[in-house]
Order: sequence, then C-alpha cells, then structure tokens
Amino acid sequence: MGMLDKKYHDSNIIIVGLESALNWARKNSLWYEQFGLACCAIEMMATAASRYDFDRFGIIPRSSPRQADVMIVAGTVTMKMASRIERLYEQMSEPRYVISMGSCSNCGGPYWEHGYHVLKGVDKVIPVDVYVPGCPPRPEALLEGFLKLQEKITGETIIFKKNEADKKPETA
Amino acid sequence: MKKPEEILEYLNQKFGEDQLTLERGDIGEPWILVPASMIRDLSKFLRDDSELRFDMLMCLSGLHYLKEEELGVVYHLHSTKLDHYVTLKVRVPVEEPEVPSVESIWKTADWHEREAWDMVGVVFDKHPNLKRILLPDDWIGHPLRKDYVQQEFYQGIPTGE
Repeated sequence: MGMLDKKYHDSNIIIVGLESALNWARKNSLWYEQFGLACCAIEMMATAASRYDFDRFGIIPRSSPRQADVMIVAGTVTMKMASRIERLYEQMSEPRYVISMGSCSNCGGPYWEHGYHVLKGVDKVIPVDVYVPGCPPRPEALLEGFLKLQEKITGETIIFKKNEADKKPETA
Repeated sequence: MKKPEEILEYLNQKFGEDQLTLERGDIGEPWILVPASMIRDLSKFLRDDSELRFDMLMCLSGLHYLKEEELGVVYHLHSTKLDHYVTLKVRVPVEEPEVPSVESIWKTADWHEREAWDMVGVVFDKHPNLKRILLPDDWIGHPLRKDYVQQEFYQGIPTGE
C-alpha cells in the first residue's frame, strides 16, 4: 500500500480488478433474510447479539427478502413451510445464497424417519450453498458457515455464469 | 369432593345401572366408559349438577386402537369448585367414528376436537367448525393412526428421504 498511498494520496483512487472489487463488496455485506423456524433461530439471534456480533462482518438482518443477499434457514422446515420458503427464495434478488443451519434443515434431523410433517432437508426445495451441522449449531459454527460462504464468494467470476443448482455446497 | 367410584354410583342413579362401567388399568386413575350416544347428555349433567360441577375440561384426546379396530376419545374433567376429577372414555368403530361434540358444553373442546379429528380422524357430530387445526387442509389421512401411510408427495414436494 505504501507506493499506492504516495502516488494516489490526493486523488482518492484505488486500483483494483472489477471482479475482486465486486466479490469483496459482496462478501463483506452479506445481509440476511430475517426469519427463524425453530430453536436454531435462538442461536442465530445469539450470533447477531453483542457477544458474537455478526455486524463486524457486515452481516445484518433485513426484514424483506428483496433486500437480502443470504437466507439462513434456521430450523425445522415443515411441509407447510416448504412452499413458503421456496417463494421467499424466489423473491430474493441475485446473487443470492442459502445457508442451511442445523440438522433439521440439513436432512430432517430428529424427524428424518417418523416425522410425517417435516421436509427431509431444505435442499429438496432450494439450492443450498453452505450446510452448518449441529443441533442447534453454536454461534461459532454459524460464523464459520459465513466464513465458508465468504470464501466461496471470493472465488466467483462475472464471466462464467454459474447454474445455481450446480453450485457445489460447502460444509462448515 | 367425590372419588370416581362415588361419581359412577351417583351417575348410575340418574342414568340407570347398566349404561356406564368403571374400568381400571394397571396404573393410574380408573375411568368411566361411556356409550358414544350418551356423551353429550352426560357431559351436560356433569357440568351442571350441584354435586358434581365439572366446570373444566382439562384435556380431550383422540386414540386409535389398532387391534380392536376402534377409535377412542378421552375426556379429563376437573371441578374447580369441588376439587375432584374424573376421566371419561368413549370408543367407536373405525368405520363409523362419530362422537357427539361437547363443544357446546365446554368451549375448550372446540380446538381439542379439531385436533382429534386432524390426528386420528374422529368425526365430532354437530361441531361448529370441524376442520384440520395443525395440518394443511389438503393433507391426506390422519397421521396418528397406527396404520397411517404417508403420501409420497405433498404439493409436488417429496415427503420422504
């Protein structure tokens, strides 16, 4: 930075590749869609509160899917909720990401065999970028999930149009 | 304050000897087995009689007896005035699972009967709003029946693995 500082000190110019600038901006302002489905939501709230402080990563809650970049599916997805989640996802603008938080939304969790009312994994209705295991995951685990998502965003390109369904999921 | 045995004796004086029976399990309180056709009149009497005054329906649940091919309804009653308890049971065949509603007697029964309908499929006669309470309206079957087979897809979404 030393050379750049001296050369462009007065004109306030930063030279950077467009792609990395976009990715940098995206990964540091991951606004998430604010809704909780079950006990995982309590951990999500704890992660957003002062002790773990999502905000230091630029991760802040939005109350509308149209303003959100990432959806945290925090909890048990019931069959009743599945179609609503699909609709919420469709309302988000691209680029959009999904973090599946906790066993229930990963695979059905404790309801995987006899839970007639539970969807066996949210990836049956929407594509998932990062799976965070745990029941419920601790705030550190959710943060790790976000760091994984940031890594993923860092590697994105604007020329290569990715099919959302083909995106390779990460496990935190 | 009356014990279940005393309550049965008292009811027998009013409704005749051979209608009601007191049954007992291995553990817990005994219960009174009531014919389905009687349940509404009996409930009204239990609520209004000055020596019984069962003003509170604590719980109403539906049951499925697989071997007997019967459905059941259990009523847990409590008198807050006289502080006594009684349990009633009604059993009906699976083919005609009709039980008179007690919604007009205890308002608590409204949602409880809807739940029993939703989960095991007991049909409550003269209930003002007998529709599913937990599951979506277009769900098929009653999940807490012991021979329940789940539909493979719900609105195009797979329900299994």
